[in-house]
Amino acid sequence: MGDYRVLNTRAPRVDAVAKATGQAKYADDFSMPGMLHAAILQSPVAHARILHIDTSKAKKLAGVKAVVTSREAGLIKYGVSPARYDETLFAHDKVRYVGDEIAAVAAFDQATAQEALSLIKVDYEELPAVFDMFEAMKEGAPQIHAEFPGNMNAEVHQEFGDTEAALASCDYVVNHTFLNKRQDAAFIEPHSCLAVFDPSGRLTLYTSTQVPHYVMRTVAMTLQIPVGNVRVVKPYVGGGFGPKCEATPLEMSCGLLAKITGKPVKMTYTREQVFLHSRARHQFFAEMSLGVMKDGTMVALKNKAVLDGGAYTSFGIATVYYSGSLLGGPYKLRSMKYDGYRVYTNKPACGAQRGHGGVAHRACFEQLIDMTAEKIGMDPIEMRLKNIMTTGDMTVNELDMSSLGMKECIETIKAGSDWDNKKGKLPRGKGIGMACGFFVSGAGYPIYRSDTYHSTVVIKLSEDGGVANVLTGSAEIGQGSDTTMAMIAAETLGIPLDNVRVYSGDTDYSVDLGAYSSRQTLMTGHATKQAAEEIRNKIALYLSEELDVPVASITFSDGIVKFDGGAGNFDKLRTNYIKEHRGWTDPPSGEYLTFREAARLAYLKAGTIVGTGKYKPPKLGGSYKGAAVGTSPAYGCSAQIVEVSVDLETGQITIDAMTDAHDCGLAINRTSVEGQMQGSLSMGLGECLFEQVKFDSRGRIINPSLGEYKIPTALDMPKVKSIIVESNEPNGPYGAKEVGEGAIMPTIPAILNAIYDATGVRVNELPVTSERLFMTLKKKAEEA
Amino acid sequence: MKKTIQLTINGQQVQAAVAPNQTLVQFLRDDLGLTGTKHGCGLGDCGACTVILDGRAVNSCLVLAIQADGCDVLTIEGLAEDGNLHPLQQAFVDKGAIQCGFCSPGMILSAKALLDEKPNPTELEIRTAISGNLCRCTGYQKIVEAINEAAEVIRDREES
Repeated sequence: MGDYRVLNTRAPRVDAVAKATGQAKYADDFSMPGMLHAAILQSPVAHARILHIDTSKAKKLAGVKAVVTSREAGLIKYGVSPARYDETLFAHDKVRYVGDEIAAVAAFDQATAQEALSLIKVDYEELPAVFDMFEAMKEGAPQIHAEFPGNMNAEVHQEFGDTEAALASCDYVVNHTFLNKRQDAAFIEPHSCLAVFDPSGRLTLYTSTQVPHYVMRTVAMTLQIPVGNVRVVKPYVGGGFGPKCEATPLEMSCGLLAKITGKPVKMTYTREQVFLHSRARHQFFAEMSLGVMKDGTMVALKNKAVLDGGAYTSFGIATVYYSGSLLGGPYKLRSMKYDGYRVYTNKPACGAQRGHGGVAHRACFEQLIDMTAEKIGMDPIEMRLKNIMTTGDMTVNELDMSSLGMKECIETIKAGSDWDNKKGKLPRGKGIGMACGFFVSGAGYPIYRSDTYHSTVVIKLSEDGGVANVLTGSAEIGQGSDTTMAMIAAETLGIPLDNVRVYSGDTDYSVDLGAYSSRQTLMTGHATKQAAEEIRNKIALYLSEELDVPVASITFSDGIVKFDGGAGNFDKLRTNYIKEHRGWTDPPSGEYLTFREAARLAYLKAGTIVGTGKYKPPKLGGSYKGAAVGTSPAYGCSAQIVEVSVDLETGQITIDAMTDAHDCGLAINRTSVEGQMQGSLSMGLGECLFEQVKFDSRGRIINPSLGEYKIPTALDMPKVKSIIVESNEPNGPYGAKEVGEGAIMPTIPAILNAIYDATGVRVNELPVTSERLFMTLKKKAEEA
Repeated sequence: MKKTIQLTINGQQVQAAVAPNQTLVQFLRDDLGLTGTKHGCGLGDCGACTVILDGRAVNSCLVLAIQADGCDVLTIEGLAEDGNLHPLQQAFVDKGAIQCGFCSPGMILSAKALLDEKPNPTELEIRTAISGNLCRCTGYQKIVEAINEAAEVIRDREES
């Protein structure tokens, strides 16, 4: 690791004070003079033909300014992947889930908007509905989209090597199945958007999103506004975790209503609407076979996935690919076969959520490894280490592990855990388990086919004061990207962090694909570094000309400039600067030239100093169908050990301790890296033990609240030990790569492996409530 | 029909006319522009709207504005004094207890109500005091550390 002045420290986040004092503004905190309040009418039935929509009464209600349906919105299809645009802003022929959007209104206040909704009359002809993914695949099941017979939204078939032959050659083949439940991201800030349409034809959305760039494109397309006239501004965002990765009906409705009324229009989802919009974790069914030799060498993996997609595609094409591609490592395999099916059902659409597509299948695979190790009488850590990939290895599906501290992660967590004395040796009811995982540091390709840069950054130096203003379209959603970019800019320019300001989340600033696939540290980070280097080089050039010194002799650090490591002769610059700022109270002083004096000189020589940076990954991956999904310039990885106590009488599980080691390359901000690790574990713990979106027999969510849908509270979380492992990633800026999603990968299987160690039973369905574990224990006792 | 209420908010006397069904969080955010108090669920589940009402941390979405008549309300905007961050705010900043920040105002105020009553809380008391404030980002660990540190700073300050 290099000798850094700013990077690799525990600098407080650049936005922390604003957030601690309530000054940070989120979308719902904005209001404007003359602003209208909007609301959306959503289907009360899961599957029905729309016979007629009558909005006349709603339109006549005093205070209502506009009512829109598909008639006004048009029928332009949109979605995430252009290959599966299967949504229109408003349903016109059919509704496909309870919550499908039918109309929107804008009124003087929210109460009037709600009353107007109640006056819209929709005649439905109810159709048979299907809510279970396996039922949906059966012959004769209700058909949700005419274009996708059999409710088959997407199928993936990939094979690397001859898997059946490889399995046949193995000493052991062990099988396992696994079923998770639909999860909700449960970010604390509901979606909110304020749309402003100005008379020149320009639409600005202030919206709670992870992806301003994609929202801009989708809104321009669906509302038929030239893309150059759409600006998306992301204020502070109260968490995203995936579901805020696409344009929402809320954003498009606000935009349309603003366009029609000429007034600012705001709408915020209720918590129930957040659940109805969903786009969160799919339900996955995994079926796997792992073939090994008796010495523990892994040979072949056969993997099948069935995904309950809900009524629309959302991110689902990528999801169903990820369930296969992200099992290629971090173990060496000779052969791998994957068959994935994403199925439509009459429920809210599922999309991307932290650990996109990989979490459930990782949970199955890592349990399967433990089961296999037990069969051949090998310690599960030893078996993992025997097969572990290291830096420079390529997975069987051609993912390039350009740095991989997986082995170091495993060894680190083992060292502090007393594993050898605990595994299999704890009293009944106590258990220890571990698991591994890895994740992309940014998707290798954009969501739409394009040669676009994935990130561009502009840094504009202030004309006075030497402040670097970083302009980026990247999305700070709580993960700390603004701080990351500020630290990279400060390090590169050799200035203190205080002298950097980050302006982010605005499509007018730069192109950035946004906060998903754990991409911004690596990609926006590269562009930020490059922009800062350009500025540093410009300043060095002007200094060299002015002072007649070689460029190579000039260095920048801690806000001062040195010449051949010394002070040099810069008297005339200082004199000039002080003359220019006569009467000011903070003249530059000290034996060295300050950065602000150098920056001032550059301005006087050349006008405003701007640096630009850009990044897109090189061509990555193989040439097989779907090879793009799973590719990344770099991969982060993680290993975790969990200790549990199980009450054998009730099945109640207590997580006693969690230890996580994560290889994030260079940790740009050590505190933020730990924060991502601890947050990932918390989300994984919740999904494992109690989170489940539940439906009644008519497709209505029965727990659409944070009281009934339980996420971990402070009392559910044990103390987590977070260990940062740092490899040096050649494709990352300053050697950095991801932490935001890889850290969730091992959590669920580590808990499940610990539960097995404590109880001797394998639970293959989530969530592992006390009831489920009790029944599993009871069944085993009855069988014995 | 609106009713007139009179209350103290962040040390300032406030008189206002409010609708009988208006919640305290709506009053604070929509009428007074105190948007530091966040609205996360409207059902008292998430704790993002926590304010301190007559010394107790409450969900302001479950309190009607008229119920706050005659009360003393502290919101996040009233916590810093003379431009100096409250020790809890400072500790949340220093310890990395803030990620997205949406739960932070409510979390900080729940912690303040705890420390006002128990200056030297155990970890379990801290976790219990904030168990009604949901955070999806942090896993709570750095929040607990921050509250611990703030408690220490406040105790030291009061001793000296």
